[in-house]
Amino acid sequence: MRSVAIVGASLAGLYTARALRDQGFDGTLTIIGSERHRPYDRPPLSKEFLAGRITEADLALETEDEDLGAEWRLGVRASGLDRHDRRVLLADGTSITADGVVVATGATARSLPGDSPSLRGVHTLRSLDDALALRADLVTGRRLVVIGAGFIGAEVASTARELGLGVTIVETAPAPLARALGGEMGTALGALHEDRGVLLICGVAVQGLTGDDRVDGVLLADGRRLDADVVLVGIGARPETGWLEGSGVDLGDGVLCDSGGGTSVPGVVAVGDCASWFDPGLGHHHRVEHWTGAVHRPTVAAATLLSGGTAPAPPQAPPYLWSDQYGRRIQFAGHTRPGDSVTVEEGDVASRSFLAVYRREDRPVAVLGVDQVRQFTRWRRRLGTVSTG
Amino acid sequence: MIPACALAALPRGEAFRLDTVEPPIAVFHTDDGDLYAVDDTCTHQDASLADGWLEGCEVECPLHASRFDLRTGQVDAPPAKLPVRTHGVVVEDGTVYVVPSDLPPNLPPGARARTV
Ligand SMILES: Cc1cc2nc3c(=O)[nH]c(=O)nc-3n(C[C@H](O)[C@H](O)[C@H](O)COP(=O)(O)OP(=O)(O)OC[C@H]3O[C@@H](n4cnc5c(N)ncnc54)[C@H](O)[C@@H]3O)c2cc1C
Ligand code: FES
Repeated sequence: MRSVAIVGASLAGLYTARALRDQGFDGTLTIIGSERHRPYDRPPLSKEFLAGRITEADLALETEDEDLGAEWRLGVRASGLDRHDRRVLLADGTSITADGVVVATGATARSLPGDSPSLRGVHTLRSLDDALALRADLVTGRRLVVIGAGFIGAEVASTARELGLGVTIVETAPAPLARALGGEMGTALGALHEDRGVLLICGVAVQGLTGDDRVDGVLLADGRRLDADVVLVGIGARPETGWLEGSGVDLGDGVLCDSGGGTSVPGVVAVGDCASWFDPGLGHHHRVEHWTGAVHRPTVAAATLLSGGTAPAPPQAPPYLWSDQYGRRIQFAGHTRPGDSVTVEEGDVASRSFLAVYRREDRPVAVLGVDQVRQFTRWRRRLGTVSTG
Repeated sequence: MIPACALAALPRGEAFRLDTVEPPIAVFHTDDGDLYAVDDTCTHQDASLADGWLEGCEVECPLHASRFDLRTGQVDAPPAKLPVRTHGVVVEDGTVYVVPSDLPPNLPPGARARTV
């Protein structure tokens, strides 16, 4: 392999570049990114950075003396891939042909369905530019409505409260985070909002937004109208794979990959939020949208690419995520699905510091910790040694 | 010299967080029986290394798995970029004491902003 092109210059792209070099690849490396920024870390965008506690420079993922010997093509979008000669087509009309291609284009925040007019004051949060725009709008005393009580919505609610805004969260499901954590623990985390005077409305859909030039309210399906000066739409993200349509790379919920990151096209691998790897434990493809997945899988994908797909895929640790809300540290590892039992094994829900273990037929499959970092670390290790399918 | 804890209260494989000092210090007792002290706060973001995973002479941060060499404080695995400050450890009459370093700490950006 003499040349590799990485599409997507963020967490998964950077870690794949590092892994390729670490594994001895000394050929031409080109990194293409549609944002004009060098790779930066996204989790603080809803937390410390949004709160103004850290600066843009603190988000940098590269170290000062890091030199990957790569050519960076920043501020230009890849618009297509020609599978026959692995040519990445760029929006500026140029193209890059390489022996190996890494797809690391991440995900894009979903906007509200329907043709909602583009009102000022309505935000989504995925990029640094999004965070700067949102931060400028989070002015003390304003009313923020967060649509969607997922992790990003919950973190923005927490940060906005800290900044002195009045905050309401609207969630269509009966409990926040129910799909990720189950209804019982979702409800337990919902209480963190209510503790801080955030109104959490669950089980109601959003009908639309009101306002002429700037948003002034949110209409709910039950007829209620919430006043709003600022709205954050936090209803998830879709994999950024549109540029691969028609390329011959198989797509489903993201780029479909084998358990080593290889796609349906030889010489093309995919990593990070855009990639749906086959998980042998679960028996199906699974798209992991967390930081740790975008950091660990590049090592495997780089080996797959450099070996031409012959490197055996090592077993993967269970997915892990963390979230910071209202000064509490939330951590989750594993896979849960409806029907798993949940028991609190340390602390208690009422004190907002607890560790809950999810079991399926008496086998631990997942663990949730709220301000229980030490115990969580042990449980996470334990899960890593058993199959969580 | 600051008294941390009784040696008997810190079995091998365990860590003690000394949070009567600012910034807090983590004392580790390795499986081989050695004692090390470093700043408790990870240099990447706000996490307590005493809550991390101790393996040999390394601790893995519980939040994003940066690994630090307890002997030198060096980062063995990213995302952390800066070493963690190390301190001396002395055991006298069954008590573990920390001899604090006089070098400046490498606290993470958010924590830095809080202390100044
Ligand atoms: C606000 C926020 C908070 C988060 N908090 C947490 C957290 O607390 N814990 C956690 O575990 N995870 C968190 N995450 C998730 C984590 O940040 C992601 O899992 C991670 O960023 C995925 O990395 P990636 O490189 O796959 O994708 P991304 O970081 O999305 O990067 C993809 C890059 O590709 C570029 N790109 C897209 N299309 C093209 C194209 N056609 N051509 C060229 N470039 C392209 C994009 O501009 C982008 O720079 C958070 C995410 C966000 C947005
Ligand atoms: S806080 Fe320690 S690695 Fe991130």
